[in-house]
Amino acid sequence: MGKTIIEKILQEHCVDDIDVKSGEIIWIDIDKRTARDFGGANVVKNMSKYFDDDSVQDVSKTLFTFDCVVPAKTIPYANNQHICRQYAREKNISVYDVNAGIGSHVAIEEGHAYPNCTFIGTDSHLNILGAVGAFGQGMGDQDIAFSFKTGVNWFEVPPTMKINLKGDLPDNVGAKDLILFLIGKLGSKGALGKAVEIYGDAIAKLNIDQRITVGSMGTEMGAIILFLKPDTILDGYFKFVKAENKKLFSADDDAEYIETFEFDISNIKPLIACPPKPDNVFEVSEIAAKKILVDSVFVGSCTNGRITDIKEVCEILKGKKVHPRVMMKVVPATMKVYGEMLKEGLVQILYDSGVIVSNPGCGGCASGQIGMTGTGEIQLSTSNRNFKGKQGNGDTYLVSPATAAYTALTGYICGEEDL
Amino acid sequence: MKDKIIKGRALHIIENGTYIDDIDTDMIFHNSFLAITEIEKMGQHAFGNLDGWKDFPSTAKKGDVLVVGKNFGAGSSRQQAVDCFTALGVTLIIGESFGAIYKRNAINAGVPLIELKDFNSKDLIGCSELKIDLEKGIIMDLQDNKVAECKPFSKVQMDIYQNGNLFEYGKKMRG
Ligand code: SF4
Repeated sequence: MGKTIIEKILQEHCVDDIDVKSGEIIWIDIDKRTARDFGGANVVKNMSKYFDDDSVQDVSKTLFTFDCVVPAKTIPYANNQHICRQYAREKNISVYDVNAGIGSHVAIEEGHAYPNCTFIGTDSHLNILGAVGAFGQGMGDQDIAFSFKTGVNWFEVPPTMKINLKGDLPDNVGAKDLILFLIGKLGSKGALGKAVEIYGDAIAKLNIDQRITVGSMGTEMGAIILFLKPDTILDGYFKFVKAENKKLFSADDDAEYIETFEFDISNIKPLIACPPKPDNVFEVSEIAAKKILVDSVFVGSCTNGRITDIKEVCEILKGKKVHPRVMMKVVPATMKVYGEMLKEGLVQILYDSGVIVSNPGCGGCASGQIGMTGTGEIQLSTSNRNFKGKQGNGDTYLVSPATAAYTALTGYICGEEDL
Repeated sequence: MKDKIIKGRALHIIENGTYIDDIDTDMIFHNSFLAITEIEKMGQHAFGNLDGWKDFPSTAKKGDVLVVGKNFGAGSSRQQAVDCFTALGVTLIIGESFGAIYKRNAINAGVPLIELKDFNSKDLIGCSELKIDLEKGIIMDLQDNKVAECKPFSKVQMDIYQNGNLFEYGKKMRG
């Protein structure tokens, strides 16, 4: 019997000599284990609580990444970050500190995550790494401490679901619209407990930034992970990773899928997920007709904080002012993205349009450094979750960077045709 | 060696004759008690937020076996939602399916978690004493010897269970 992508990656990392199949619980080698500022302090505490010697098994495979609230704006976060920092200094573990940006993105940029690696941490969106063909997974603080100490962990091999996309995305429709489309079709439990493989010509045309956008929202349909068919575009990106370390796995022809879906995407329109659930998806034009006034717009997060996203926003905003009733915030995902923004003059464009630009991090997602929404506030966000409380008390709508930019200009939820 | 065969009185979490599905971790152990860290104190809050089941802590006895429906333990990653049953002496949980993180937490804590093979938990309704063979994956009703199949323990699950919990097992693995 052939294997799906996840079965191949897990087979390659399985520590026992067994044939890996879905449903089996196996021990796997973990190439990289990380903790972020959320949960990281508990990982450190677990190390001394459960082990006589609190050192890690392999320093070179262990990392801390601070990204939730950077720099810390509350004392508990400051304390937690410092607990991690002190432990890391003592043990010689690398820390991507409060200036670095979103851990999962830093991991891709710095070559810690690469095709076919296993990567776990306390960030529940680490399965974003499926975008580059890696097996990423968020876990609890006990699990992560265990892997810090042993270098392995167990995993139940999930069944795989296949999605075939037909046609190309229309010109004014982006990667975010594509993933909102799939979440709208499948629902928030549509891929519950499954690995998902996505195929189609449209996937091959996406750059790394756009793949990250799609991969970042597998969690919102319940998926364990979402793989976009890995191809040679990844080769170029991971030039700096040793060849023996990156294998682009493709599924076998006779691999077994639990379900297969086919969607024609050539006619989809810009989409929006209305509060309070990511699968509450409508066409932007439907919502635009209601002329819903917006108080704030956030562009960033692990879903849309890449340079491709921010460029798209700047092309729309260039030479124009954000509507006076709107507070617009842009947060690059990483320091590298921030550097590119400066080099390409994007910070100047945003400044001229009246946009707040902050240092990299999770920013407006969760309750990060760029602030939350107040009760009654209507926010448009490019992030991945609009549950009540996630980004504050207000109502959050999830959109693409382009829709965020158009809306920022008019002051009400709208698309390009309303300008 | 811990027992690979477990016997106990069955506690069925049912409503109107069927198992209750989608019981989330907030219904099992409400977030207002998350500050409690001693396992002994968690028992009294088990199912504290599940309608009609507030008396559960006073009816559960040491050695009981819990039988639940689909997607049990969905939601947050709180360990207390597993530990509160351990505190009451529940030795095993049988269900049709479990939330992914709940399952990890139970296995890591050395709590036997059994998934039914053919999603036939209804067959168990009415059984009062059960005998479960973890290795073979068999559930028997002690009164009429009726048998249901469940997924047998994987080697990993058995290793963690035999050593008590993930950390104890980890100490052995790598010295
Ligand atoms: S941006 Fe939001 S979803 Fe992404 S890692 Fe940060 S907090 Fe999690």
